[in-house]
Amino acid sequence: MSKAEILVIDDEPQIRKLLEIALESNDYKVWLAETGKEGVAMVANHPPELVLLDIGLPDKSGHEVLGDLRSWYNKSIIILSVQNSESDIVSALDNGATDYLTKPFRTAELLARIRSAIRRNQTVSSNTTIHIGNLKIDLAARAVRKNSELLKLTSTEFNLLALFAKNEGRVLTHQFLLKEIWGVAYQTETQYLRVFVGSLRKKIEDDANQPKYITTESGVGYRFGQPS
Amino acid sequence: MKWYSTREMPATMQYTISIVSVLFVASLCYVLKGVIGYKLAALVLLMTVSVIAALFEILPVTISALSSSFILNFFFIPPLYTFRIGNAEDLLMFFLYFAIALVNAVLTSKIRKAERRTRDREEKENTIRLYTTLLNSLSHELRTPISTILGAVDTLSESSPKLSRANQETLLSEIYKAGLRLDRQVGNLLSMSRLESGTLQPKKDWCDLNDLVHSVLQKLPQDNKHPVNYCSNESLPLFKVDEGFTEQILYNLLHNAIQYTPEGSPVRIRIAHGSGSCIIIVSDSGPGFPEYATQLVFDKFYRLPHSKPGGSGLGLSIVRGFVEALGGSIQLENAARGGAVFTIMIPAETSYLNNLKNE
Repeated sequence: MSKAEILVIDDEPQIRKLLEIALESNDYKVWLAETGKEGVAMVANHPPELVLLDIGLPDKSGHEVLGDLRSWYNKSIIILSVQNSESDIVSALDNGATDYLTKPFRTAELLARIRSAIRRNQTVSSNTTIHIGNLKIDLAARAVRKNSELLKLTSTEFNLLALFAKNEGRVLTHQFLLKEIWGVAYQTETQYLRVFVGSLRKKIEDDANQPKYITTESGVGYRFGQPS
Repeated sequence: MKWYSTREMPATMQYTISIVSVLFVASLCYVLKGVIGYKLAALVLLMTVSVIAALFEILPVTISALSSSFILNFFFIPPLYTFRIGNAEDLLMFFLYFAIALVNAVLTSKIRKAERRTRDREEKENTIRLYTTLLNSLSHELRTPISTILGAVDTLSESSPKLSRANQETLLSEIYKAGLRLDRQVGNLLSMSRLESGTLQPKKDWCDLNDLVHSVLQKLPQDNKHPVNYCSNESLPLFKVDEGFTEQILYNLLHNAIQYTPEGSPVRIRIAHGSGSCIIIVSDSGPGFPEYATQLVFDKFYRLPHSKPGGSGLGLSIVRGFVEALGGSIQLENAARGGAVFTIMIPAETSYLNNLKNE
């Protein structure tokens, strides 16, 4: 199998160098762009498997680049951002970014996010049963088993879990979840989300206080994934 | 205090009071002239001018000295009601009077100038001292990790063949820790400047504090040297607060407790529901704080004397900054059985939606 190609769009030479080495030594083919304009042109010429996009670019903001790319590029875009910019992150995610990382980030985490994003590019899942950790989610029968024991979920809890499971590894914003489960009119009713995530955790997690499946990304949303 | 305030009076007020008191004392002496004699009257007037000199600026004092000497000459020294002076002794007394009154005025004004200079200098020295401490602690806090990184990299690149695998790993982990420390300090400085610029607006949204506390616990450096106890409070409502602010408040308080209490001593968090507010209590089992410092610790760059190296004196002032930005209050006390207790009260709407059964 040929190496997956990744385009890095970042104006900082040090970060580019670091990412180039880290990614190449992990068997990715790396392209580098310094500016948003250059990056967009490179994606147009030769669409990569994944784009790592710095949100704070000098020429045009990462948000604009994201908008440009998303009008025709449908593979993964991971945003690199600085800390304490939750609103930036949320708006990038709501505008089609696949995931985000805040600088400074650890290489191991970067690689995990890249793997998970590329996996989602490649598998257009038509499976009706999803296995994650000890959970077996049967979308058709609307049944969830943990260690083969049937869990009693309410209809809303099941819808929420199914939505999470279909987006495994991906951070989902509060607004997105509210819109998908309760509808557009409920987009600001985060209290519903808090309550249902809480009750869902009590049913699926080993310890609802130390959640492994549904983790909180404070100020941004929730991420559902393999318990580590 | 009073002495300063008389000097800060408007000039016209100073002139009026000086002249009125000279006139008043002079009239009094004039009435009593038969009893006290004109020489004693001269002393009483001199005394008045001295008091005025102690209270006011040089100009009103000079005018009092001049006017009182004319009054003395005209109304008291014989021959009366002329500016002539009869004998040599009275002439001498008049000149002495005039000279002493002026010297008085000049001396007191000099003393005052010196006082003001000292005060200015002290203020300036205090400011300089504050900034020096600030810059020292900051440059120390930032340079230590930088030195660690540069030093470790040099050692790794120059003497790597001679280094054991274990030592190489130690150096790498030191570089990592230094990076974290730098990141934390820069984060603190950024929070501080955001708070001070007043541009930080809380974004309030419904928040599950049980969940928030657990996610903060995950983010704390996992040194396993301090058990941090939090029992989820199942009866807690949702609070409408700024999640990011609250997270920073909790993180800084816990980080502080972990940093400055002896290894192995537990830290405890409690969240309660006050009337229209959320109450967060973080207590530790460390040595507590000296009574005089329970307010000072929230001041920017304040550090307890003899506290261990590391730390910029920003953590707790940032906590207070965020608490105040949420309209809340923070209080530090020492527990009766030892250890510090931070109590935070944040006004917040609550929702008991979580107590409803979902369908």
